[in-house]
Amino acid sequence: MRTIFAIARRELAGYFTTPVAVVFTVIFLALQGVLTFNLSDFFNRDQADLVPFFTYLPWVFLLLVPAVAMRLWAEERKLGTIELLLTLPVTQAEAVLGKYVAAWAFCAIALVLTFPFVLTVNYLGHPDNGVIATGYTGALLVAGSFLAVGSAMSALTKNQVIAFVLGVAVCFLFAASSFPLVTDFLSQEVPALAEIARRFSVIAHYQNFVRGVVSLDGLLYYASFIGFWLFVNAVALDQWKAA
Amino acid sequence: MSAPGESALIELDGLCKRFGGIVAVDRVSFAVPRGQVLGFLGPNGAGKSTTMRMLAGFMPPTAGSARICGHDVVEDGIAARRCLGFLPEGAPSYPEMTPLAFLGFTAAVRGYRGAERARRVAQAMERAGLQSVRLQPIETLSKGFRRRVGLAQALLHDPEALVLDEPTDGLDPNQKHDVHDLIRAMAPEKAIIISTHALDEVEEVCSRAIIIASGRIVADGTPAALKARHPSGQLDAVFRELTRPAPGGRQAA
Repeated sequence: MRTIFAIARRELAGYFTTPVAVVFTVIFLALQGVLTFNLSDFFNRDQADLVPFFTYLPWVFLLLVPAVAMRLWAEERKLGTIELLLTLPVTQAEAVLGKYVAAWAFCAIALVLTFPFVLTVNYLGHPDNGVIATGYTGALLVAGSFLAVGSAMSALTKNQVIAFVLGVAVCFLFAASSFPLVTDFLSQEVPALAEIARRFSVIAHYQNFVRGVVSLDGLLYYASFIGFWLFVNAVALDQWKAA
Repeated sequence: MSAPGESALIELDGLCKRFGGIVAVDRVSFAVPRGQVLGFLGPNGAGKSTTMRMLAGFMPPTAGSARICGHDVVEDGIAARRCLGFLPEGAPSYPEMTPLAFLGFTAAVRGYRGAERARRVAQAMERAGLQSVRLQPIETLSKGFRRRVGLAQALLHDPEALVLDEPTDGLDPNQKHDVHDLIRAMAPEKAIIISTHALDEVEEVCSRAIIIASGRIVADGTPAALKARHPSGQLDAVFRELTRPAPGGRQAA
């Protein structure tokens, strides 16, 4: 546990000693601001809630979260520090978890910095802050899911650009699989797959959280999704070492 | 290997590593007892770094086994790595960190807290001569300082077994001299393996030398005994003779 914490602390500090943290948070907050206030009818719909904010959030994450994850292992491999890290007395699981926790904490910090949105709706009206809280929980779980995918992709390559592109592509598959475009097509062509695609969707489960519904089903989904991709991450590391 | 008895801190037993069809390390066996400094020599690509990586638990051997302080590097990897100080090839470290932060990180991962951690870090920095650059990002340091950051990391927990892959590569003559002094000072209570291309270094600090070529041990003895193998009495002449592929010969053998 302490080992995981030590690795996570170093990794998190790494975001802040390089421009990654500033660039990410500035772009993230600017995008969310423009999308929420300017491109959706936030003010005209006359409702004090954060639905427009949460609607765009996963798509902004789709683009930015793989950028947070891409360095996790690709950079270690490029610099050769992976040899240093994995010859310290740490298990592979500790290393994978430590890095993942750091990236997740970083995303949580970025989410916390969106507090002005919450203040704004509270100033303008009387929103249901409980629903906003579950929305944030869902957002954190979506970020965690994309990070787990991105981290696994990062372990596959030395090249951060490849890690990023693969991360976005795989995340997109799991984000878009509940889209009417996809499900309609599937239910006409391969009905058996339509329901599966919807169930595997990161977004479908997230929408329940945004509506204020926290179900065991949703929590289990995210836990197993993240667990699966972190397992892929560990396997990818092992394969590369043995090669 | 039973001859050197129970005091061997580093033991390799028929260690093999194959990459696809290429045999990188071929049945390498030796044991390093406490007090011995082993010079691990061989041309580039002979399998030195691969052997050292297997000792450090970074790569699993294809066959054979290795033990550090009695702990198998595969079966009991964490315990083996606790007893081992390892300097990977090229002395990698995190460029954006300062030596102080970097050593603090490795100390934390090795389980040191609070005052003990600060003491370990300070001691390692003093041994490697890093105090003057302790707060500079590693990426801004010279090659020699980076190497010494890696060395400090390997010495931090005062391990009984040390495996150092080219510890003096890129150091100037004064810094080399300092590292040699450091190795000699540590030698009595540790088992040390260093790989090097500087053959004078072997005579300077090593009590035993092993030469490998194409993954196999081709010579094993004291530096003096190895030198005596060639009429010129020069270690580099012996090295050339043993490791240069004879035209038409070695591949079939």
